[in-house]
Amino acid sequence: MSQESLVSIFLGASLINNFVLAYFLGICPFLGVSSKLETATRMGGAVTFVMLISSMCAYGIQALLVAIDAPYLKLISFIAVIASAVQLVEMFIKKTSPALFRALGIFLPLITTNCAILALALFQTNKGYGFVECLVYALGGGVGFTLALVLMAGLREKLALAETPGVVRGTALALVVAGLLSVAFMGFAGLGGS
Amino acid sequence: MYGALVGIGAICGLLIVSAFVLTEPTIERKKAEALERAIFEVLPGTASSAHFRLRTDGRFERTDLSQPGEPLVHPAYDVSGELIGLALEAQAMGYADTIRILYGYSIESEAIVGVKVLESKETPGLGDRIETDAAFRENFHALDARLAEGGKALAHPIRTVKHGEKANSWEIDGITGATISSQAVGRALDASAASWLPDVRRRLADFRRME
Amino acid sequence: MASDSNANVPPSTDEFVKGLWRENPVFVQVLGMCPTLAVSNTARNALAMGLATMVVLVMSNAVISAIRNLIPKQVRIASFILVIASFVTVVEYLIQAISLELHKALGAFISLIVVNCIILGRAEAFASKNRLLPSVLDGLGMGLGFTFALFCLGAVREVVGSGTLFGVAAFPGAYQEWVIMILPAGGFFTLAGWLLLFNHLEARRAERATTGATP
Repeated sequence: MSQESLVSIFLGASLINNFVLAYFLGICPFLGVSSKLETATRMGGAVTFVMLISSMCAYGIQALLVAIDAPYLKLISFIAVIASAVQLVEMFIKKTSPALFRALGIFLPLITTNCAILALALFQTNKGYGFVECLVYALGGGVGFTLALVLMAGLREKLALAETPGVVRGTALALVVAGLLSVAFMGFAGLGGS
Repeated sequence: MYGALVGIGAICGLLIVSAFVLTEPTIERKKAEALERAIFEVLPGTASSAHFRLRTDGRFERTDLSQPGEPLVHPAYDVSGELIGLALEAQAMGYADTIRILYGYSIESEAIVGVKVLESKETPGLGDRIETDAAFRENFHALDARLAEGGKALAHPIRTVKHGEKANSWEIDGITGATISSQAVGRALDASAASWLPDVRRRLADFRRME
Repeated sequence: MASDSNANVPPSTDEFVKGLWRENPVFVQVLGMCPTLAVSNTARNALAMGLATMVVLVMSNAVISAIRNLIPKQVRIASFILVIASFVTVVEYLIQAISLELHKALGAFISLIVVNCIILGRAEAFASKNRLLPSVLDGLGMGLGFTFALFCLGAVREVVGSGTLFGVAAFPGAYQEWVIMILPAGGFFTLAGWLLLFNHLEARRAERATTGATP
């Protein structure tokens, strides 16, 4: 139903309408995790993975709900699926790479409350994307989230070594940096053409 | 343990369904009213309107608003029941996100006589001027949408030109500083008109019957 | 099951008041900004989002507190989420029935209230461990504190970014709007500004307390 090309969907989700910097989604982990570069990249990877899985499940669920004409169950089934997907990812990582599991720590279960993932499912449903478009959208969203997280982490690591006024330190400073990043990303608007 | 979860799930389900059932009539009514108001806005002189969908056999059939997402056309009638025009939807990718518009097509003048932006997430102060700029809105009082010989396509594709360069009645004078958004409006109208108007004009009789 | 209490203040009042300032969810705990920053570009939207969140918070706190002894420990987060999601769905339909226009303005962000960390946080930290009345008051206090913070955000963004407040012109005569304020970046900056102010006020108050001056 959508006329957007796959490229413009990807660019839109990752740069132009970056989930963190344009929609303020995923802020909780964004401000909490972004102080170290290493954790930031790992978190970004985990989130991208969960986004892909949730996107596919959300597509399937939406099709099912339309078939049985129960649109009111959308939210509750989406969030249930996301929570389960995170559980599965958690168990999978624990089995295959205990080191990674320890490194991610508390952040893994926190992905469930990451607004960005639920928002992804809701947005793609509203836009009526097909299956492939959903996957591209999820990939773009995850990449964009990781990008924002990594940029923030790099900046904050540098800022931690600089002299800043006491009252500004911490979250307020992070927010100002986020704001500047958001302005910078506005430059991407119109990328990919119409 | 799972019993408790199922129990809670059941109560939650009940809560949701009740809320849905209780609010649905009001919501549907409000949506229909909003659409009526929009149709009236893009086709002045409308006293009543209807909703038609295109059947696979090429005929238009009266329907209601129960299937959201189904492409519809909305014929508009004056006080005496005469068909004056149709309201149609159009959409195109703007600067930030998809722009959805409703436009009114006049049967007699074969032109677009009114445009209303239904949904837009364009930049405030820049792209959103497609809604607020009075000069831009002037474009849509008599935008030529005649069909070519044979009635299968538009005689002249609708397009947005640079501000001040409008030379023909099928062109839209763009907004300086909001190029992408004003071009999106042009593309949306052109795509929708090109795809709907040939069928609409061919089957005008389908709409004239006031059932 | 005992509610935390300040010995000098009746437990009920404190439950309510703490959410307004001392433990304000946005300014102190820095929680729950996720779904709300994007729609706080006008005072009206910010107020609506805040109130919607408050309604969900109070209702879910109430229900979770009422059934807290029936929820097995292992599935408690899942249960909380189920309850919260149901109330968010209910509130979404309510908003649609009240004002289609408001629903269009807030969009998918109403649904996103379900992942607002505040609600799950209060359910886990308070409602699941306390009686019904304190839980409801906790929800009310936190909800109002949250709405207050959102309103501060939305009001500044609307006045500076559009020159209006609740749609009414705020400045006599022509005003050059700072469009950046309505854009996401402006949201970040405004929140940073309010946080700065809040931190500053708190620092001064703490300083006065330690130097023994009358607060």
